Amino acid sequence: MRAAVVVFPGSNCDRDLAVAFREAGCQVEMVWHKDTSLPEGIDIVGIPGGFSFGDYLRCGAIAANSPICAEVKAHAERGGFVLGICNGFQVLTETGLLPGALLRNAGLKYICRTVPLIVGTSDSVYTSGYEAGQGIDIPIAHHDGNYTASNDMVAQLADEDRIAFRYGDNPNGSTGDIAGILSANRRVLGMMPHPERAADERLGGTDGKAMFASIAGALAAA
Amino acid sequence: MKARVHVMLKDGVLDPQGEAVRHALGGLGFDGVENVRQGKVIELDLADGTTEDSVREMCEKLLANTVIESYRIEMS
Repeated sequence: MRAAVVVFPGSNCDRDLAVAFREAGCQVEMVWHKDTSLPEGIDIVGIPGGFSFGDYLRCGAIAANSPICAEVKAHAERGGFVLGICNGFQVLTETGLLPGALLRNAGLKYICRTVPLIVGTSDSVYTSGYEAGQGIDIPIAHHDGNYTASNDMVAQLADEDRIAFRYGDNPNGSTGDIAGILSANRRVLGMMPHPERAADERLGGTDGKAMFASIAGALAAA
Repeated sequence: MKARVHVMLKDGVLDPQGEAVRHALGGLGFDGVENVRQGKVIELDLADGTTEDSVREMCEKLLANTVIESYRIEMS
């Protein structure tokens, strides 16, 4: 199974994400933001954390309009898998692949610590290694992680079982404690917490490992 | 010619930065500041003949995120 990790100027979790995919058994290729095509046969695209384009204008806004993002969008529209973490989640909302937006944290501070999450659904390739309702500990590191969407959209996400993760103890003011959401076809996941930073004991936690293992398992079988 | 684009968070979207500014003004002794909303102004130098419609398209595509922000265009 093959993964591509997109690199923007200012990405800083791209290599961590590549390592997590590789450890799970994926073949990984790095893709530059100016590239105009994804490598042939890519199953999943990872959009990493960081501060693409210095967070200028809005977090993820410039990246969402980069040449590679048109390809990522086309990949998602063909039914391809896309995982956006932290800045990657911001990019996915800016492209419109996921609904809502990420605002400045309610407490205004940049927050970098491990937080408890509650798995919202096990019905996706990303979360099938967890039980719905399971508690896991995953690091967050963001200034703009305060998820917002209209009340109707939040109700729809809940009705359609698309809330992948909720915060156990809301750190940033996110509506409905939302930490991660799925697209309508359940193939695009955006989340603020960093599972790739919790995928190796040497990094201090392994609760994120099941995500990469289940992605690799599901896509290898497909 | 120039265009000036004002981008603001929509009414009803919580503005934590504006709230912090309001709090700080209160701390400086300015009473009676009931609400602060912080936005941004973007100035564009444009080739003559650029239409307001094309500036509107710039706003929709990039300058504002219309999920959370509204914008207003001044052409001059």
